[in-house]
Order: sequence, then structure tokens, then C-alpha cells
Amino acid sequence: MVASASSIESSSTSGVIVAEDGIPLKAKLARTTRRTRLRALLLTMPLLLFLVITFVIPIGQMLLRSVNHTAVVNVVPNFAVAIQDWDENDSEYPSEELIKIFVQDLARARKVREVGKTVGNLAVRVNYEIPGTASIFKSAARKVGKFEDENYREQLFALHKKWQNPNLWRTLKRISHAYTPSFYVAAIDRQYDEQGNIVKKPEKLSIYVDIFLRTLWLSAVITGICLLLAFPISFLMSVLPLKTSNLLMIMVLLPFWTSLLVRTTAWIAILQSQGVINNILVWLGVFGDESRPQMIYNQTGTIITMVHILLPFMVLPLFSVMKTIPPSYMRAARSMGGSWLYSFYRIYLPQTVPGIAAGTLLVFILAIGYYITPAIVGGQDGLLISNLIAGHMQQSLNWSLAAALGSILLVIVLFLYWLYNKFVGVDNLKFG
Amino acid sequence: MKKFTPVSAGILLAMGAGLVHAGTITVVSWGGAYTNSQVQAYHKPFIAATGNQVISEDYNGGTAEIKAQVEAGNVTWDVVDVELSDAIRACDEGLLEEIDHSSLPAAPDGTPATDDFLPGTLYDCAVASIVWSTIFAYDKSKMADGPKTVADFFDTAKFPGKRGIRKNPKANLEMALMADGVPAAEVYEVLGTDEGVDRAFAKLDSIKSEVVWWEAGAQPPQLLADGEVAMTTAYNGRIFNAVASEDKPFEIVWDGQVWDLDLWVVPKGSKNKDLALEFVAFSTATEQLAKQASYISYGPARQSSGPMVAKFHNKDIDMGPQMPTAPANLTNALQNDFEFWADNQDQLNERFNAWLAK
Repeated sequence: MVASASSIESSSTSGVIVAEDGIPLKAKLARTTRRTRLRALLLTMPLLLFLVITFVIPIGQMLLRSVNHTAVVNVVPNFAVAIQDWDENDSEYPSEELIKIFVQDLARARKVREVGKTVGNLAVRVNYEIPGTASIFKSAARKVGKFEDENYREQLFALHKKWQNPNLWRTLKRISHAYTPSFYVAAIDRQYDEQGNIVKKPEKLSIYVDIFLRTLWLSAVITGICLLLAFPISFLMSVLPLKTSNLLMIMVLLPFWTSLLVRTTAWIAILQSQGVINNILVWLGVFGDESRPQMIYNQTGTIITMVHILLPFMVLPLFSVMKTIPPSYMRAARSMGGSWLYSFYRIYLPQTVPGIAAGTLLVFILAIGYYITPAIVGGQDGLLISNLIAGHMQQSLNWSLAAALGSILLVIVLFLYWLYNKFVGVDNLKFG
Repeated sequence: MKKFTPVSAGILLAMGAGLVHAGTITVVSWGGAYTNSQVQAYHKPFIAATGNQVISEDYNGGTAEIKAQVEAGNVTWDVVDVELSDAIRACDEGLLEEIDHSSLPAAPDGTPATDDFLPGTLYDCAVASIVWSTIFAYDKSKMADGPKTVADFFDTAKFPGKRGIRKNPKANLEMALMADGVPAAEVYEVLGTDEGVDRAFAKLDSIKSEVVWWEAGAQPPQLLADGEVAMTTAYNGRIFNAVASEDKPFEIVWDGQVWDLDLWVVPKGSKNKDLALEFVAFSTATEQLAKQASYISYGPARQSSGPMVAKFHNKDIDMGPQMPTAPANLTNALQNDFEFWADNQDQLNERFNAWLAK
């Protein structure tokens, strides 16, 4: 279509070619192509809409939420603007005038019952920065209505000694913006010190960096084990006669069709300390009844279960690639004197690279964001970063921190994909 | 998790067709034996008395779903059973409807509800139904001379074996301090200092390698029954029900119990707000609360319900001594301090997770 359009265009320079109904052929052609294009666009519209609604918008919202927190700006709006003029190097506390604005904002906010604009929201936000301060905001809001119209600072400071902490006011100034980097700061185990510098958190409160590293490490281990297990199976399936290889294929796919939860809980029954394997080992006398090894609710359990669940994602791309490699190549290499190992390494293995690449990428990226399995069998040292993100979504309700952690995970995955593309080449992937 | 009975589905369909002029509310609670006690004592009488339908759903606590529903403007839960600290926080954040205390029914002798409810059980957005407790329990068929005090729970030399603990700092840090010799009255004072928190974590650390973590209330009796743990912390009613209904040889140790309230709340913007409030008032009447206590060993939040509680519904078990509030069980007990947790839960959760991961 495009080719014919351009050829008409070149011939029409000599003079306008007119179609039967008097419309210039060029215009008519343009109209038809436009119509086909529109139709093509309309056909992809459902998919496009689907992607926008389920993918682009949520990810955008996540990115926005990780830097946007409006509690302070919403609850004490006048104060949030006014405090920006206060220079914390000049004086320990904001001026009487500023504190009056704060008290008035707080008194007004007490009556608000709208989500995101209550004193409780402000208290929670400040509590993220300075733990242990939530209650002073709530109790102050109950009392500021009865303040006398003078000496606001004195009256407020008399309520609780925490109001006299200069750091509280510096922190209030820092977080009195709708946009803040503080959730990213928290997500990489950093915090602001009294001078407002970003410093490392104490060891006993640091968690996210360690868990990010553990997630990457465990995903790599799981991918490695999957590759080691899947390669021989796939090879076997690709060389066996169709009837046997089909049977093997069904055995690979059968667990794939079983519910994830069922497979995970099945592993609990098998691996737990009163479980099948332990009972057999104790019966055989390998271990005493009192010293049953712990194989579930820890890293071992997470690795075993996730390898089992992700294995098909490695087998399928490998098998589909291996199936297309003619056996004559290996025979040729052997007949020319190459040892089995040498021929395998030089001839067979390089041809399976697209399958290996696809399988490892698929398994690794699935593993890095895995949630259900580590949540059920991970115990304490088998947890992954997605479990912490879920914790902030479901328990602490610090959605901004969850969003910041999620965004970091997204960046890590994109970076790995970029690395992968650089070294393996995305064009080399073959999923099936 | 979601329960959607065919009956209620049928009623919904009938409603859609405009045949029945009755409402349907979704009541969310913690599942298992506890939800069952509520269905028997609240839902069924409510359905019988008003002709409305009640759909029962289960969850694992927390206010995440309420927050998500309210913020999205699509509230599908009408009444939710929550812990006190969650009720206060959600109310402060504007996620809940306010409940008018004068709408609650008076006691049979005419005492107004505000005087009849135990002190500290009525809040702007929440009405308490029960007093429950985190205790620890063991299987006495496997341990003849069992643990007696909360210190024994942390003593793996004297009582070897795995320990089940809820994967949450709440109640655990308090128990750890009590086991370490802190008197109940001083626990939150000590926990308010950095040294106190360190001390609590050091105590937990001493049994960390032996811990099996649980999250849902139905897990601990299962862990005990399977022999996966020698002792486990649990909600007292779950252990009681395993003993009373399933004849399990479990024994509760009340020393060092941390008791708390469960309260009804109505998420803001509930589509059936009036009916939801009607349900809250109905279920917290003296008789209903007393009836619930005959299905599970959680203490009713009303004074007038106390004397009406007698026996387990189908067995000759006196319910009185099974309650967290029975005098014999309160010798070394602690009430969960919601204000402490509102102030400190973010940091303590973080520290707990960091400690778990190490």
C-alpha cells in the first residue's frame, strides 16, 4: 500500500491524475489509507486502553505517590506556606506569629472529617519522620480551641515537652511541601539528622537495602538452579520420540496448570518438620526425632518452592529452541573428531543461547517480584522485598514508602533489562 | 477468604428483581471460631428480627482495606470488627463514620448504654463488643509438667521445643519485657525508652531460632495440634474453642496475658450506613453480647452481660473462668496501650522487620 502510494505520487508530479468521480487520485488514495490506518488503530484500541488502564495509570500513580504526600499542606495550609520564611539557623523556634498561625490551623483542622485532611493524617506524617510524636498533635488539636489569645508559643509548649524540640519545627518546615524525597530517603535506609543532612540509619533499623540485595541474590540462585534442572529435561524432550516427549511435556505442564497456592501449600506438607520428607528421614535413622532439619519457613523453603513453581518458565523456551536444532550438527561435529564435550560446548550450547537468555530473563524477573510463595513459606529469612512492600500497603499503611520501594524495584528491573540487552541482545530472545 | 453463601446470593438476586424490600450488609470479621460465634449470636438473630441479610466476610485485621475502599470511594464493607489501636487511628484519619452512643440500646434494667459499657470501650467511631487476649498455650498431653509463667515461654532450656509467635511486634514486646521481669504496670514506661526496646528485642532474640511465625488467628491451634510447636501465643478464644469443640488437650497460661478490645466500626461512605448502625446497636445489646460469650471465651464489653454468661452453648463448661477478665486470670495481666502503639508502631514495625530479617 505504501509502495503504491509513493509510486503514484511520483507520477502525479507531471499533472493531477483524477479518478472516475472527479476527485484527485492522490486525495482519494490518502483517504483510503487513512481509513485503513484508522481501522487498524481501532482494532488495537481495546488492547491500548487495557494497557493504559491496567499498566500506565497505576505505575504513574505509584511514581507520583512515592514523592507526593499532601498531609501537611492540607491540614495546616497557612502554616505550611508561612513557615518557609523562617530561617532555622537564625532562631531555635519559629516566631510567636508563626506558632499562632499553626495553632489556628490546627484548631480549624480539628473539625475536619475528610479523608487526607484530618489532624490524624498530619500526626501520622510527622510520626514517619520523628517517631513518638503522633499523640502530641492529636492531643494538642483537642486543646488548642481553649487557648487564650496571647502567648501561643508558651501555651503550646506547656502541653508537652516534645513541642520544645527544635528538631520538630525544622522537620515540620522540611515536610511542608506537597512533594518530598523523604520516602526515597527512607527506602534506602537513610534518614535526616538534626541538621537536615541525609545520614545512614542505625543498624537495627536498617532493612530495605539488605532485603533488596537478598532479593537479587535469591532470584539469581533460583534462576541458576532452574537452568541447571531445566537444561537436561529440555534436551531429553527435544531428542526423544514424539510420544515420550509429549508425556514428559505433560508432566512439566501439569504443575503449571495447578493453582499456585495449592503447590505452595503442598510443599509445606512435604517439607515441614512433621512432614513427609522429615518423617522418612527420621524413619531411616538419618536424623533423630529431636533434630529434624528445618526445611520450610526459611530461605531453603523459599528456594525449593520457587524453583518448582518457576521451572516451567525455563523449560518451555529452552525446549522450543532445542527442538529446532538439527541433530545432524552434533553428529557432524563428532564425525569430524570433536569429543562429545567439545562438540557440545562449541556446537550445541551456542545454539541454545536464545532459549537460555529468554528462560533466565523470564525466571529472574518473575522471581524478583514474587510475593505469595515467600509470604507463605519464607518465614523470617526467606522474605523478599515484595513482602515488605505488601506490609506497608496492608499493615503500616505507609503507601508512599511502599510506592518508593516499588519504584526502586521497577528501576532495578529496567536496569537489568538494559544490561541484558547490552550483553545478550533482546533480538536474541526466543520465548517459544 | 470471602464467604458468599448461596442463600444471601439468592436474596440479592431477589432484591435485584424488586421482590424483597430488605437490605443486605456486609459484616467483616476475623474468621474461624470467632466469626462463627458472631454469626450465632448476632447475624442470625439480626436476620430473624429485621428480615435483612448479612453477608459475612473474613480478613486478618488492619485497616488497609478500609482505607483503600474509602479513598477509592467504593465502600463495600459496612461493618468491620477491628482492634482498638486501628479503630482510633482510622477514626483520626477520617476513615470511619461516627457512631451516636445514644443509639445503643440500654441494659435490661434501664441503665443507659453509656453507663453500662465498661470504661474505655466506647469511642467516637467505634463500639466495643468483646475483650480478648493474647495468651500462650501448650499441649498438656505432650508436656505433663507444663509452663506456669510467661518467663517459661522464653525458657527453652527448661521447656525445649519450638515457639509459635504472631508475626507482629504488638503484644510480643510486652510479653518479652514481662518475661524479663518488668512488672505489668511498668511495661509501657520501659518500652517508651530505647533501652527498654533493646531489652525486649534481646529477650525475643534469645528464642528467635526456635520461633515459628503465625499471622492468622486460626494458625496457632493448628500448629499446636500438628506438633509443629511446643508452645504458641494465641488469641485465647481460639485455644478455648479447640479445647471445647474439638477436645484438644491444650492448656492456656494466663500469666502475662495482654488483653485488648475488638470493636465494631462503620467505614465512611458505607452504602448501607443506617442498616450498618442498626446492626451495631443490635449486636451490642446486653443479650447478644452475653450470647456470643457462650460460643467463644471472649468477655462481653457490657457490665450487664456479665451475669448472663453461663455455660458453653453445647457443653457443661462454665464460661466465667475462661474469660480474660476473670479475676484469677488477671493476676499478671496488661491492657494493650493503643496510644503507645499509635505513636510507636511505625518505628517498632520497622525495627521488628529488620530484626526478623537479620
